[in-house]
Amino acid sequence: MNAVTHSARTHTEHKTNTFKWLLKREYWENRGGFVWAPLITGAIVCFLTAVLTVIGVVRFKSSGAANDLQFNGSLAEHARQIGGIGDTALMAGIILTTLVLAFVVFFYALGSLYDDRRDRSVLFWKSLPASDLQMVLSKATWALVLAPIFSVVAGVLIGIVLWLIIGTAAAAAGMPNASAIFTHANPLSVVGNMLTAIPVYLLWAMPAVGWLMLCSAWARSKPFLWAVLLPLLASVMVSMAGILPGININYGAIWYTLVYRGLFSVVPGSWAPASTAFDQNIQRAENANIQGPADLMNLMNVSNLDVLGSADLWIGAAIGVAFIGAAIYLRRWRELAD
Amino acid sequence: MNVANHVISARGLRKTYRNKPALDNTSFNVEAGRIIGLIGPNGAGKTTALKAILGLIPFEGDLKVLGMDPRKQRDELMNEVCFIADVAVLPRWIKVKEAIDFVDGIHPRFDRAKCERFIANTKLSPNLRVREMSKGMIVQLHLALVMAIDAKLLVLDEPTLGLDILYRKQFYQRLLEDYFDEQKTIIVTTHQVEEIENILTDVMFIRDGKIVLTATMDEVAERYTEVLASTDTLEAARALHPIDERTLPFGKNVLLFDGVPRPQLAAFGETRNPGLADLFVAIMKGTYA
Repeated sequence: MNAVTHSARTHTEHKTNTFKWLLKREYWENRGGFVWAPLITGAIVCFLTAVLTVIGVVRFKSSGAANDLQFNGSLAEHARQIGGIGDTALMAGIILTTLVLAFVVFFYALGSLYDDRRDRSVLFWKSLPASDLQMVLSKATWALVLAPIFSVVAGVLIGIVLWLIIGTAAAAAGMPNASAIFTHANPLSVVGNMLTAIPVYLLWAMPAVGWLMLCSAWARSKPFLWAVLLPLLASVMVSMAGILPGININYGAIWYTLVYRGLFSVVPGSWAPASTAFDQNIQRAENANIQGPADLMNLMNVSNLDVLGSADLWIGAAIGVAFIGAAIYLRRWRELAD
Repeated sequence: MNVANHVISARGLRKTYRNKPALDNTSFNVEAGRIIGLIGPNGAGKTTALKAILGLIPFEGDLKVLGMDPRKQRDELMNEVCFIADVAVLPRWIKVKEAIDFVDGIHPRFDRAKCERFIANTKLSPNLRVREMSKGMIVQLHLALVMAIDAKLLVLDEPTLGLDILYRKQFYQRLLEDYFDEQKTIIVTTHQVEEIENILTDVMFIRDGKIVLTATMDEVAERYTEVLASTDTLEAARALHPIDERTLPFGKNVLLFDGVPRPQLAAFGETRNPGLADLFVAIMKGTYA
């Protein structure tokens, strides 16, 4: 450490916060995917919804059906079900952005350690004092934590807009007690449940993101083909081997492990089948007596946290950590891509 | 042989690419406060040697850069070392201000004010992206970033490739005027030997992964002499075993001698210091044969 004290005397040094700036760097490069992709998709969907509801309301009114709107039954139950429409709109917004998230995370992870080796800019990043460990972890942090948070925030915004559009349309169409869409909704329950999806996503998507980053760090060319074809062909070959007599293979488990967990786990919510409460949820859905939007909402808004009790999630996360570790090693020694 | 004074000390470096040695038992030392030209034909191992120094590739042998092993202590080393690996490596999406913010944010030795002063002398504006710049502007940005870093060792691998002559001259001029001092060491590889020979203090010729010549420019001037021999002195001069000979128009011959005292050669004709390019050609003779 003598060298350090010596250099501190002869050079002026200032404080640095490498990880923070690596995260900013990723944002600068990928804000199109992280921020604009969900917002633009949301804006388009909101616009289409608005146009459709205007058309719908106009046609509904001109048909004279509004005069036939009658209501008999419990007012409280009616309000509860109408409130479910608001929750559904909110949830639709969030589901929309999480679907966008699946694509964004997939292609981000796949390019994260490959693109800069292809355009040689890795040589610039490597000329600066940021370790490969920090560089890879900053990218994993975006894929697994920050991009999902952005996605939920954008989803809530879009959901609120959809909610307003539908509520206004319902009132304009003369739906009885339409204000219940706002007063009897449970937005905190919906948003709260979506927030729990963020830590679950981190753990659940780890093997897929890890695998994609590993391929990204390893491939000399065409990381997409390696990342997708390798698990796919492996599964196909194992399935074909099963044609031979005397071999008993659990194909489902192979496909599930390699393809579903290795690739499709970037899709938020894809953990539902692995949840310990999955059978129970299905049962509940089968027995459900759906009277309106609120009942439907009840079935859709299931807890994300049940999956934390499954070995599947934790084994996957451990494998994901190993993949990311391998990606860090490859980042250190791998040379440029073609 | 005080190891502490060596910025780089390499012993027996070996690196093989597909059975072809890129570094073949290579050994050399680099002292502080020098500007070293690492010169060799294509595929001689220049870039491999630089990559080894920068800890970018695995290799065999004993290498210390600023007292550190680049294989094991690369993260520490990069606080003291900077490199430009040709100009086309700045990411195309980055803006001038983002590049400055980023380097300022992660490099403890980056002097932001100095960098902005360099930028102010160019046509670069804060919101300009690299993809909108000409190659000359990209190199101006890269140079401004790197020169504002107070690194002990700067490695330049073909830094002016593809630039026009104005930018090439400006590049080395600014390095000399605004960056280099006796605390710093610069290693540079280039094919445009003529453009850097007047700024070098030392030269290293590399061929087939081996260092074939390492000398200060003064030593080169002392050891090698060119004689402009006329037809009547030519045979006598040839008897002293020149290492190279080329013919000029009007029947004159230029003979290049290694280690023959200059007064002795003066008898055959006009003597002068050989250009680095001519010396290079003489020493590398037969490389591509």
